[in-house]
Amino acid sequence: MSTLFPALALTLFTPLFGGLVLGLVRPMRLAGWLNLAFCALSFGASLLLARDLLAAPGGVYTGHGLHIDAFNLPLIVLTSFVGLTTAIFSRRYMLEMYAHGRVTPLRMQVYHAMFQGFLLTMLVALGTDNLGILWVAVEGATLATVLLVSLYRTPESVEAAWKYFILCGVGIALALFGTVLVYFAAQQAIGDPEQGLTWSVLHAHADGMSAPVMAIAFVFLLVGYGTKVGLAPMHFWLPDAHSEGPTPVSAMLSGLLLNIALYAVVRFKMLADSALGQSATPQLAGHLMMGLGLLSFLVAALSLQRQRDIKRMFSYSSVEHMGLATFAFGIGGPLATFAALLHLLVHSLTKSAVFVTVGHAAHIAGSQRIERIRGLIRTQPAVGWALLLGVAAIAGFPPFGIFASEFLMLNATLQSWPWLAGLLLIGLAIAFAGLFRNLQPMVYGSAPEGQVAVRANLWPVVVHLLLVAWLGLAIPPLLAGWLQQATRLIAGGGF
Amino acid sequence: MTQLPLLEQAILVLAALTLLASFSMLAQSRLTSAIHSFAWQGVMVAAATALVAAVGHAHHLYLSALLTFSLKGLLIPWMLHRLVRRLNMEREVENIAHPALVVLAGALLVILAYWIALPIERLELASTRNIIAISLAIVLLGLWLMIARRQVVTQVLGFMSMENGLFLAAVASTRGMPLVVELGIAFDVLVAAVLFGVFFFHIHESIESLDTGKLTRLTEEEPA
Repeated sequence: MSTLFPALALTLFTPLFGGLVLGLVRPMRLAGWLNLAFCALSFGASLLLARDLLAAPGGVYTGHGLHIDAFNLPLIVLTSFVGLTTAIFSRRYMLEMYAHGRVTPLRMQVYHAMFQGFLLTMLVALGTDNLGILWVAVEGATLATVLLVSLYRTPESVEAAWKYFILCGVGIALALFGTVLVYFAAQQAIGDPEQGLTWSVLHAHADGMSAPVMAIAFVFLLVGYGTKVGLAPMHFWLPDAHSEGPTPVSAMLSGLLLNIALYAVVRFKMLADSALGQSATPQLAGHLMMGLGLLSFLVAALSLQRQRDIKRMFSYSSVEHMGLATFAFGIGGPLATFAALLHLLVHSLTKSAVFVTVGHAAHIAGSQRIERIRGLIRTQPAVGWALLLGVAAIAGFPPFGIFASEFLMLNATLQSWPWLAGLLLIGLAIAFAGLFRNLQPMVYGSAPEGQVAVRANLWPVVVHLLLVAWLGLAIPPLLAGWLQQATRLIAGGGF
Repeated sequence: MTQLPLLEQAILVLAALTLLASFSMLAQSRLTSAIHSFAWQGVMVAAATALVAAVGHAHHLYLSALLTFSLKGLLIPWMLHRLVRRLNMEREVENIAHPALVVLAGALLVILAYWIALPIERLELASTRNIIAISLAIVLLGLWLMIARRQVVTQVLGFMSMENGLFLAAVASTRGMPLVVELGIAFDVLVAAVLFGVFFFHIHESIESLDTGKLTRLTEEEPA
């Protein structure tokens, strides 16, 4: 027996232990370091898990209520990695915020405990084999982050947290209704009711599940989890919640949580596709995802134009990218699915890097308002360059990975839905214009009198951007292998 | 149409009463009365769960029934009541814009729920098909309660009654989800209830009222 299960348990449950410990640790400096250490432990274990899973027969592990395959493995490694780099950034950033009097020691304690709790719920959502537990974990992620969004207790942040809580709560309730319907359909296809929510069992028997019930269930699941993905028209909470919370939280919300929700949708799509295979509308799930994805993409690209708050602007960019990924998963087929998977990875890395940089930029300017952020490259060249490169990456400029994934998506669209490719190109151009119009004065404009550099830790940004550039230039064969395998799993064929 | 066994009929009656409690929440303008309606709804769902357990000899459902009764019938209403008392809002009456229209729209939602559940109806037993439609109607009415009313407390009631509808669907149509899942859901509901309590104070502190119509700071527009 290999070290596979211990590695898996260590990855998933280090944050549980960490959250419990950090809930009790009062000294802030120690808590910051401990937070970092727990994240490092979880990330190390996830690498070990990846190594062992590659050696395992078939590259799949099922047992103890967990199910790890090529689809969720890269996302688990990504989540624990971004968790680690955010913890590195958060350690000093939150001390600075404390020095500015924005948080009390008690709230710092809550912050660190919830940071780990948030990671725990995301990792459990990814690792679990049980669709009910998946729901519990995604709802848990909302509950863990709602106090983080309102951490500064400004009227704005309380309002943002309330909207987030209510809208996501409603969304996720609809997802539970969908889950109940899936369970209901499963009872007719599978004898053992205890197995009725186990994804790996359902996937094997999905063709026997009732098509009409699965169709209704998928609509509820898409709307429900789609609210958490930030799909239009259920996206109104997202810019508020992502802009009002502390920056490390924004980085994780935008970079990671959206992925988890989309992951849940895709898992259900795999079931719905095989249940609906023989019905009159075999592509129903895909078409719904394409429609909502494209709508979100266009709405977000247009909304980008009128933003005055820098974090809100990048939140809309998250809606745009998640819309694109949903659209690509909806097209189905190997090429589009591969592109969507790659897009999830590169978007997470880029967006969390951008939010970390934005945190520093807002700190320099003393405001999140775009018109107040000026001349970064003069005041602090490192932050200016990081913002410039980060935005170039997020807008899909060539050496970076998002260019590669968007190019693949465009190709896939041209193959199967040529007339939609025009819409995609127009949307990309609009989003690009919105981002760059605002970026130029922020980076190059003349700096206001007396603007000084701050202590910044840009290592997470550098590492993320280097990784994204690497993924854009040449996907390492190991990762390409994983993604190919995941593509085969989701789309039912390779390329 | 076959005759339903007596116990199944009883379950249906309870489901209908649960739906009635949703309507009563929708029409109540006094906060404390709305909380009482919610408590009754919780009790009704718990009773339905216990009956399902008796019919199907599913013993783990007795545990769920007990959990629902203590959580939704006693603990959460008690917490809400205490918060309302502490914020001196017992006498608070919320102005509902068009009470008759709100209830009428609720009735339309019930019809919509039956329409959505039509394809499911054809393939299942008579009792199950009704239950799915009724629980969907409770979910939609909870959603409608949150949209139509602007009081923070009523929004929370809407949210929690959506959970009641979901629970009813899970119990009555599938004899309950696996126990781990149910415990997880109960835990989430409990944490959500506690968080709602925390938020009452935050919101009260920041806008000195619990009217969400006043939460209007976050917009794209230039502040005036």
